[in-house]
Amino acid sequence: MSDAERLDQQQADDQGYSRRSFIKGVIATGASVSAASYVLKNGAVVRAQAPGAVERLVTLSVNGLLRRVDVLPQETLATTLRYKLGLTGTKIGCDRSECGACTVLIDGVPHYGCSMLTHQVRGRAVQTIEGLEAADGTLHPVQQAVVDEQGFQCAFCMPGFVMNMVALVDENPNPTRKEAAHFLSGNLCRCADYNKILNVALRAAEYTRRG
Amino acid sequence: MADYKLIGKNYSTADLVAKVTGRAKYAEDFRADGMLFAKLLPSPMPHARVRSIDTSAAEAMPGVEVILTADELPPVDAPNEAGLTNEPVYEGEPILAVAAVDETTAADAIERIRVELEPLPFAVDPLESLRPGGPDARLDGNTMANSELTTIKWNDVDWAAIDRGEMPTDGPITDEWEVGDVEAGLAEADLVLDETVFHQSMGHQPLETRTAMAYWQNGKCYLYVSTQSTLRTHGPAARGIGIAPEDLVLVSEYCGGGFGSKIAGFVQMRLPALLSQKAGKPVMMRITRQEEHFIGRARPGLQGRVKIGYRSDGRITAMDMFFVQDGGPYGFSTDFMNAADQASLMYQPLSHRLRGLSVYTNTPPRSAQRAPGGLQAVSMIAPIMQKAANQLGIDPLELIRINAPAGQAKLGRPTNGEQGNVSSAFVREAADIGESTFDWQAMRARSGRRNGSKVTGIGVALSSFNAGAWGMDGLLTIRPDGKVYIHQGVGNLGTGSVFDTARAAMEALQTDWDQAEVIWGDTSKHLPWSTVQAGSTTTHAHTRANLAAGEDAKRKLLEIAAGALGGSPDDYDVADGRVFRRDYPRQGLGFAQAARRAIELGGRFDGHELPGDLNPVTVTAATALAGLGLMGVARDNYPLGGRVISHAIGFAEVEVDLETGAVVLKDYRVSTDVGTVINPRTLEAQLHGGAIQGFSAALGQKWTYDRRWGLQVSKRFYSNRPPTMLDVPHEEPMQWVAQDKPDPFSPMGAKGIGETAEGAGSGAVLCAIADALGEGYFNRTPVMTDMILTRIENLPPAFSNLAAHV
Repeated sequence: MSDAERLDQQQADDQGYSRRSFIKGVIATGASVSAASYVLKNGAVVRAQAPGAVERLVTLSVNGLLRRVDVLPQETLATTLRYKLGLTGTKIGCDRSECGACTVLIDGVPHYGCSMLTHQVRGRAVQTIEGLEAADGTLHPVQQAVVDEQGFQCAFCMPGFVMNMVALVDENPNPTRKEAAHFLSGNLCRCADYNKILNVALRAAEYTRRG
Repeated sequence: MADYKLIGKNYSTADLVAKVTGRAKYAEDFRADGMLFAKLLPSPMPHARVRSIDTSAAEAMPGVEVILTADELPPVDAPNEAGLTNEPVYEGEPILAVAAVDETTAADAIERIRVELEPLPFAVDPLESLRPGGPDARLDGNTMANSELTTIKWNDVDWAAIDRGEMPTDGPITDEWEVGDVEAGLAEADLVLDETVFHQSMGHQPLETRTAMAYWQNGKCYLYVSTQSTLRTHGPAARGIGIAPEDLVLVSEYCGGGFGSKIAGFVQMRLPALLSQKAGKPVMMRITRQEEHFIGRARPGLQGRVKIGYRSDGRITAMDMFFVQDGGPYGFSTDFMNAADQASLMYQPLSHRLRGLSVYTNTPPRSAQRAPGGLQAVSMIAPIMQKAANQLGIDPLELIRINAPAGQAKLGRPTNGEQGNVSSAFVREAADIGESTFDWQAMRARSGRRNGSKVTGIGVALSSFNAGAWGMDGLLTIRPDGKVYIHQGVGNLGTGSVFDTARAAMEALQTDWDQAEVIWGDTSKHLPWSTVQAGSTTTHAHTRANLAAGEDAKRKLLEIAAGALGGSPDDYDVADGRVFRRDYPRQGLGFAQAARRAIELGGRFDGHELPGDLNPVTVTAATALAGLGLMGVARDNYPLGGRVISHAIGFAEVEVDLETGAVVLKDYRVSTDVGTVINPRTLEAQLHGGAIQGFSAALGQKWTYDRRWGLQVSKRFYSNRPPTMLDVPHEEPMQWVAQDKPDPFSPMGAKGIGETAEGAGSGAVLCAIADALGEGYFNRTPVMTDMILTRIENLPPAFSNLAAHV
């Protein structure tokens, strides 16, 4: 059993958060909107009547370490990483699954951290940009490719792109430029450095193949 | 081209490892003990007056610490904005701010504040405000004439023509100039094209929103902010908070994109500082994407009419431009004048005229956006150029060449009857190298090719824009550890110029880049006077300033060596971290030894005596660094040949699907006159990234308003969409080529490129779409699928060509 599997078995499908509290959490970290959306009663979905019904102190597996953290029922993974665990490498660009800056790997699969509840990742392995570098400072092939290609400009999108690229080269270490573009198209770069980002992806794949 | 050690070579910038490991700290990544979170209360109306505010329910909430209203802000003069207001003039404008223990509590508190608003008349389309009896966006006027707010109505113009989509040119305006005789030029032309044109307004949409965090310590304010220029944000931030500059430390190590929207920071950066002052605790103001949409600045749109006269040989005899600018609710943008300025350069008309005005609207505030006015000029005029080329039977690239600026070409509005001139223009050379490198004739041959329901279109466009500044200072110290510390007042917004331009100093010292440390991003680290990191000025201005500092350091090294080892300074040279005898290179001093010697000598060698012509900020910085080592410090006094402008020619290939109206960008290539290339990869990034932002201006990012209520419908990425990877050529790498001729009036001959790049992309794509549709000109951006389908089906357009935000 892995560390992650040894974690609390209670899974995301039985956590007692409600749609209402999720929306409220996203709103709190998002825009202010009309009060009406706060008071809608989604009674059918509500399983717990109070935040206390969800265990707040949870253990997460992040970058191979077990971290105990106090989490609100409606808290998003991006918020927990950035504001509770000090992992500010994961960026929030839009709060709403539009830009991909918050992309992290969950059990090796890229997810938008702004749209996952932290409670959903209990028992699962979370990897962020801070977890790519080896203990001796050796960069991950994707990171090395960024450095060697002078990839990205302002780089606010970079952590999300890099995590998605890690998944890409893991799944397909020999992608065509077109395949790489399709894989990475869920991430926005406003500097629009797409040409060089694709150069990075192909260079990263090459480094991965070489091992 | 000169044989450089560092200039023109690829390398990896020093910040990349920090960025790619997540260690780089952007504004929202800083933390302070006891940090509160701020939320803003946005206006739900486009224009209203606050009648009353009841904060009692919010104040009673546990965790709510302070509330800041517009009445508590240091005042600003109209038509500028304060950051909070009692008379919101656009939807989403912040009325007040709350700081609470966490963001959820702050958001809850905002919901419990009762604000009573009195709706006021609003205008979202400039032409509506010019209509007799039409609404004014501001209570003090709808335009600015001679720096005074005033109201202008077009009482006597043909409004039926406007409703049909034709711009009349006899309405009152505020700004006008003419060079030569435009009417005579049009009369002598063999072909006159007369077009009503529309360019959209569009948000900057940097991926990092305008977030800021502040705290106070021992009477000093520490502000962590996302801004383009570190040093030049310092003064405006201090003024905004109402403190002396020496009481503010401003930190901005990384900026997640600005594109002109964060040149000297932004007005709301004062809010966390003032909330923190009031609460006695640190305050983080995290701006959300939707808030960014409203407060995050935008490019002014233009509604206009352009008349161009051509001789049968293609030479332009006259260009007559008439523009109404969508000015937003605050400030005063000069885009409509810049557009004419750049058009008069790019197409070198024998005569030209600008007439126009900027009209306030209740839409998000405007500011400079990458090539302010320049992009609009290319997007509006390049398709007209292509139309003329077709009618005259001239290759559109040849038409660019025929009218291209060369040498110290003249441009723009005359002062005392004289036009200014540029320092250099190698446009014909850029056209030639683009034509051969990209095989333009083979591209043209693909025009009209059918592939099922898809048809190929080819377009080419010239873009020019500002690319330099001068008079800045360079500041470096060579310290006893042997390293060269280069201080940079410009920010790090991803262009690479904060590092690229520092290499000019190392080039002067002929020393490896590994021996340099660039110091940037924190005003407590003694930064010299710099450009605003806007207007594509940095590469030109700071290769000059850092070269000046490097040459000053070199002179001092030669003197120190001569003093220590005998002979005259001329007997010595500097390279590879040493100063050494030319005739006996083994005899010399390493930088570490020379630095210690400089400290012993003191005076001008270690910064205790400074040149008299430095900018005051640099004197302060250099004084603080005096005695740390050998100081290289100098103002850029190199000669100038005129305004510094770079040029780019975009070549685009599109496929338009005649059944669906979809446009696919197949290829984009760009050739450029950017002077000496400093860093090929950061140049490539600007050329292609800028072009893609141009594609977005041409084809996407559309604002849509509910005109009845003056509310915006498209306020997030998905509804106001910037391009993804799949929206741009991605099956093969996009190409570029530089006409690597140095600007003759700069010691290294480098020019900027960031802004020039955008128009080349937009113009080329708009021309390519028209080409695919067989002279299917829209004279309007963005070109949307519905417009294409309507044209293909020969249906009447769904809206007037002059309608804004539909």
